[in-house]
Amino acid sequence: MTVPVLDVRSLRKHFPLRRGLLGRVAGQIKAVDDVSFSINGGETLSLVGESGCGKTTTSRCILRAIRPSGGEIRFRVESGEQIDVAPLEAKQLRPLRRQMQMIFQDPFSSLNPRMTISEIIGEPLLVNGMTNTGVRNKRVAELLELVQLPSAYLNRFPHAFSGGQRQRIGIARALALNPSLVVADEPVSALDVSVQAQIVNLMLDLQDRLGLAFLFVAHDLSVVKHVSHRVAVMYVGRIVEIAPTTSLFKTPRHPYTEALLSAVPVPDPRRRAQRIVLEGDVADPSNPPSGCHFHPRCRYATDRCRIETPVLTEITPGHAVRCLRAEELFLQGVPAG
Amino acid sequence: MADPILSVRNLHTHFFADEGVVRAVDGTSFDLHSGRTLGIVGESGCGKSVTAKSILRIVERPGRIVSGEILLRRKNGSVVDLVTLPTDGVEMRGIRGGNIGLVFQEPMSSLSAFHTIGNQLIEAIRLHSRLTKPAARARAVELLAMVGIPRPSQRIDSYSFELSGGLRQRVMIAMALAAEPRVLIADEPTTALDVTTQAQILELIRRLQQERDLAVMLITHDMGVIAEMADDVVVMYLGKEVEKGPVDAIFHAPRHPYTKSLLRSIPSVLAEPRSRLATITGSIPHPFARPGGCPFHPRCPDRMSVCETSVPQEIVIGENHATACHLYTRVPA
Repeated sequence: MTVPVLDVRSLRKHFPLRRGLLGRVAGQIKAVDDVSFSINGGETLSLVGESGCGKTTTSRCILRAIRPSGGEIRFRVESGEQIDVAPLEAKQLRPLRRQMQMIFQDPFSSLNPRMTISEIIGEPLLVNGMTNTGVRNKRVAELLELVQLPSAYLNRFPHAFSGGQRQRIGIARALALNPSLVVADEPVSALDVSVQAQIVNLMLDLQDRLGLAFLFVAHDLSVVKHVSHRVAVMYVGRIVEIAPTTSLFKTPRHPYTEALLSAVPVPDPRRRAQRIVLEGDVADPSNPPSGCHFHPRCRYATDRCRIETPVLTEITPGHAVRCLRAEELFLQGVPAG
Repeated sequence: MADPILSVRNLHTHFFADEGVVRAVDGTSFDLHSGRTLGIVGESGCGKSVTAKSILRIVERPGRIVSGEILLRRKNGSVVDLVTLPTDGVEMRGIRGGNIGLVFQEPMSSLSAFHTIGNQLIEAIRLHSRLTKPAARARAVELLAMVGIPRPSQRIDSYSFELSGGLRQRVMIAMALAAEPRVLIADEPTTALDVTTQAQILELIRRLQQERDLAVMLITHDMGVIAEMADDVVVMYLGKEVEKGPVDAIFHAPRHPYTKSLLRSIPSVLAEPRSRLATITGSIPHPFARPGGCPFHPRCPDRMSVCETSVPQEIVIGENHATACHLYTRVPA
C-alpha cells in the first residue's frame, strides 16, 4: 500500500466570533469541521463548494498559513516518513515548506512588480541555499522551459506579461523547489476562456511528468471535471461527498452535489434542461442549521434530517457521502460524453 | 420580426489615451427585440461592456462615441438616436432607468453602503415618477417582492452589507426595473455569484422577461450562460463583431474560426475526466498593439495572407446568421 502524500484527518478550524466593545467571544465559526481526505502522489483532489464552505480555509490549514484548531495533517516528507504538520511551530515547519507549494488565483497581484522574472522564480532557490548565480540561472531557465515560456523573458518585469503568462510564471515559481504537494486555489478562474484552457492543459502535463500531488480548490465544476481524479464537495465546513470524478458527476449521492451539478450552465442550447434551483442562500457558518446543515434547502429533507447529524459514510468503494437518506435516494447526475 | 426596440448601427467607441487610440468598439450593429434575449459574448477587451456603456451614454473619458447610431423606440413609438443626445441632458437621464434598465456585475460595489436599500430604491422610483414618498415606499416593497426577496416590508430597511450577494443582485434588478423600462441591459449579472445563486438569478431574469416582455441584452464571457439564456448571440473579439446569429446556429454551426475555437476550448461538465482542452494559441493582444487586418489573424488556425492586411467585412451566411471572415468572402472575379 502506498503512503499518501497528504493524509488529513478530522481537520478543524474554528474562528472565535467576537461581539461588543470588549471583544467577548460570543461563539465559534466552524469554518472547517471534521474534514478528512488523502491525496496520493500523481493525483489531483479537488475541493469544491460555494463561497464560505471552508475550501480555502482547509487549504490554508494544510499549508500551515494558519494554525488548525484540531485534527491531523500528515505530510509525507522526502524520506517517506509521515509528519503531522498540524501542531508544528514556524521553525519546525520551515524545512518542510519547500515540499508544499502554492499557485495563487490572481496572477496580477501574486507577482512582485519590482522583480524580474528570473528574480521571482529564483527567489525560492536563493532562500533555500542555491547561492551560486550561474547554477540558479540555469535552474530558472529550465523552469521557464517547463512552463513553456521563452528564456528570452528572463529579465523582464511582470507588467510585460498577459494573465496567462503570469500564471505560468507563478507555476514555475511553485515548482522551483521540486515540491511533492502543490495547492492551487482557483488557479484559472481569473483567466479568459482561451487562456484558461492552456493553463489547465499545462497543469495536467506537469502532473504527468513530475508525479505531483495536487490539491485543487475551485468553484467551477467544469474545470474540476477536466483536472481531477477525485472530488470532495464541501458545504458549511464539512465534506458532504467525496468520490472519484466519474462517479461523482455521473451518480452523485448527496442532494447538494446533485443541485450543484444541475446549476452548472452547459454550453449547449439544446440542453436547456429543467434545473434544480435551490431556495435561499448558503447557511451562515456561525449559526448553522441543526442536524444536516443542508436540510433547509434540501428537497428530500425529512424530520429526521433536522435532528440527526449525518456522518460521512462510504457507500461504494471510494465514494463516501454525508446524507441520512443516501441509500434510498436516486439522484440525477450529468450524462457522460 | 417586429421593429426592434433598440437598434445599434455601426457603433464606434474609441478611447483617446496618451499612448494612442484604443478602438474599444469598432463597428458593431445589432437589434434588440421585446421578449427576446440578445447575448453578447467575448473575452476581456472585446468591447462588450463598452458597448453597453455607449448605449447608456456613460462611457468614461477619454472614451467617446466616434460614429454610429443607437436608435431607441420610445414608449410612444417615436424613435430617437441616443448618440445625438447630450449625455447629461434631461432626455438622456430620463432614458437611463426609464427606458433602459442596467444591472452591473458587482452587486457589492454598485449599492451604497450608507443608505438602506429602500431609500436607494425609492430614489430610483421617484426619479422617474410623481409618486409621493409613502406611495414610492409601497412600490419599493412591491418591487422587492417581485424579485423574490423574502419579507420585503422588513428587508426594505436593511443596508446592502446585511444582504448576501444573491439578494443584493435581486435588489439591483428591482432597481433597474423600478421605472418599468422595456430594455434591460445585464452586464455579467452572475459572474460574481456562486453557481446555485447564479441559477436563481438567471431564473429570475427569465421570469421577469416573460412577465414584462422585456428586451434583454445579456453581456457575459460565459458560453454556458449564453447557451442557457440567449435567443440570439453576438460574438465579439477586440472590438469587432466576428459572428452573430441564432443561438442554435452559433453553438451547432459556428462559422468564424474564433467562435469555433472558443467553443472547443471551454471546459464542460460533460467532458471526460482528465481530458485535455483544445486551446487557442497565444493570448489576447494588448489594446495598443492591435493586429492589422482581421484582429484574430495571429491566433487563427485558418489564417491566409489576405487576413494580415485586409479587414474582413460582415457576410450573411444563413438565416439571421452573419460572420466577418475572409474564408467566406467571395473572391472577386
